Amino acid sequence: MNQWIAFWNILKKDMRNYYLKPPNISWGIIFPVAWTLMFFLRSREPLDIRALLPGIMSMSVLFGTTSMLAVTITFERRGRSFERLLLAPVSINLLMAAKTSGAVIFGTFNAGVPLILSLLWTDLTGVQWTVLIPAAVLIAVTSTFLGLFIAVSVSEVFEAQTFSNFFRFPMLFLCGLFIPIADLPWFLRPLSYVIPLTYGADMLKEAVNGNGVLPVQLSLGMLVLFASALFILSIRNVKRSWIG
Amino acid sequence: MSLSLLKSVTAAAVMRNLQGPILEIAGLRKDYGDIEAVRGLDLTLHFGEIFGLLGPNGAGKTSTINMITGLVKPTSGSISLKGIDCIAHVKRIQGDIGVVPDESNLYDELSGFDNLVFCASLYGMRKAVREQRATELLETFSLSDTGKRPFKAYSKGMKRKLTIAAAIMHQPPVLFLDEPTTGIDVESARQIRLLIKSLNRKGTTIMLTTHYLEEAQRLCGRIAFIARGRIVKTGTVDELLGGLRSDHLLHLTVGGQADQLAAMLHQHHPSLRCTEKGTHVVEISSDSPVELHPITAFLSGHGFPVYEARRVEPTLEDVFIAVTGINAGELESREKGGRKR
Ligand SMILES: Nc1ncnc2c1ncn2[C@@H]1O[C@H](COP(=O)(O)OP(=O)(O)O)[C@@H](O)[C@H]1O
Ligand SMILES: [Mg+2]
Repeated sequence: MNQWIAFWNILKKDMRNYYLKPPNISWGIIFPVAWTLMFFLRSREPLDIRALLPGIMSMSVLFGTTSMLAVTITFERRGRSFERLLLAPVSINLLMAAKTSGAVIFGTFNAGVPLILSLLWTDLTGVQWTVLIPAAVLIAVTSTFLGLFIAVSVSEVFEAQTFSNFFRFPMLFLCGLFIPIADLPWFLRPLSYVIPLTYGADMLKEAVNGNGVLPVQLSLGMLVLFASALFILSIRNVKRSWIG
Repeated sequence: MSLSLLKSVTAAAVMRNLQGPILEIAGLRKDYGDIEAVRGLDLTLHFGEIFGLLGPNGAGKTSTINMITGLVKPTSGSISLKGIDCIAHVKRIQGDIGVVPDESNLYDELSGFDNLVFCASLYGMRKAVREQRATELLETFSLSDTGKRPFKAYSKGMKRKLTIAAAIMHQPPVLFLDEPTTGIDVESARQIRLLIKSLNRKGTTIMLTTHYLEEAQRLCGRIAFIARGRIVKTGTVDELLGGLRSDHLLHLTVGGQADQLAAMLHQHHPSLRCTEKGTHVVEISSDSPVELHPITAFLSGHGFPVYEARRVEPTLEDVFIAVTGINAGELESREKGGRKR
């Protein structure tokens, strides 16, 4: 009970201090608009927003979450205010859950922006919301936890940011959103299946256009598995290297 | 009748508790790779005392505090607070301790008030209670006027005071302060010492680290000298000074270079220990009372007048030097240059 007061206040502070700051909010809106515009200018055919939606949603979440923890964790560690949290009678698990939930909410919100914008242009009837919503949330969770894993493994903010790009771009390339996995060189294909985004993107495709290739249950299970593994590994890292 | 009996029984239990140890550390070690920061440290903190861990930079004070409070994992040894194993169950004891780190670790962009309220939330305190206590503490620390300003706009002294306030929001029975007055202005340092004393009078057990001998002498009931990761001596101020009090210590102000005259005097009176204490001050110490006339006669005979002779009490500094072999000059240069061991 008492621990939840701490949880809620950590989340609230991060929201107020980082996520709800104007640059972050505008980023969450400008980013998907810019991507949509880019595809629009590139393709000569009339724009099929529905076909683009899964990709733009995935990218918005991915870019909105992975590098956030570079700020909320790595930056606070450098300024030593993170020690406050480690000194509090709050379990490390709950602490990390509090620090990451802000990014998850922010990421899910980022997925919502292109969705709302596309409502203005196109008809979204037939979308399977019961698949789309968990997919968006789980992409946010796994990419946040990937960001967490990076943030707890480095000590400088720029390192955290560099590393998240190091993961983000290959992930986008390999996840089947832009190049179908079947068209990738054979030696890259196995890599696609160890990337959580592959499963999330496939669920989004299935939800929006009914053209996913993997069973939804499998994707769901894989995402939960990835999320748990990344979280557990991160906590282990924290306990080993921060309280060292 | 039975109620009053019960009362006196519990009072006795409380009294007994007040005397006993609250924190026990045995064989504590910390290695950072090749560096042995703490090398087998033993100490006991008693209920209700102010305990000072006194030693030069790099002695292992911060590492020790960090191990007790759960920020650093010991390489070996044991720590128990109120009988609870701090190493295995650190989260169970953290609610009972307050920690003031050597550098402020509050949030730059939050106001003083918000910082206090946030810190208290980490201890599960409810909003109304947190806000009331924050207002009270800002008042106590004479920070009410600046409570709305962001922390980054505070002066060093104000930052340190707010950091102490943040550490006691949840009213911990035990408070750890790492160098509470290092690097801040004289007036803030004085206020902080008064606050520490007043907290202690209200029942908080306090452990602080410092490299100022004078501060330890002014504040602490008991002191432990720490050097190179070990406790070299523990005791009350009186106990520590006691050993040296039997010495006869004299300061002579002379009309000449003290270092030269000290050497001359020692040559002439080998039973006296003579050292330079200032450009024109020679310190003479001896196991027996010092007869003045032969000394003044000797010095003035060589053309060096003696202006003043004063008997002095040994200071903690003298004890520190006697016990650790580290002299004040070294202590100072470590402090200024930040040179480690
Ligand atoms: N994280 C660390 N990594 C490596 N060495 C460290 C670390 N922290 C402290 N030390 C070393 O351990 C020794 C004791 O340091 P510390 O506990 O900070 O001493 P004090 O607080 O008394 O100045 C020093 O030699 C210091 O350089
Ligand atoms: Mg220190």
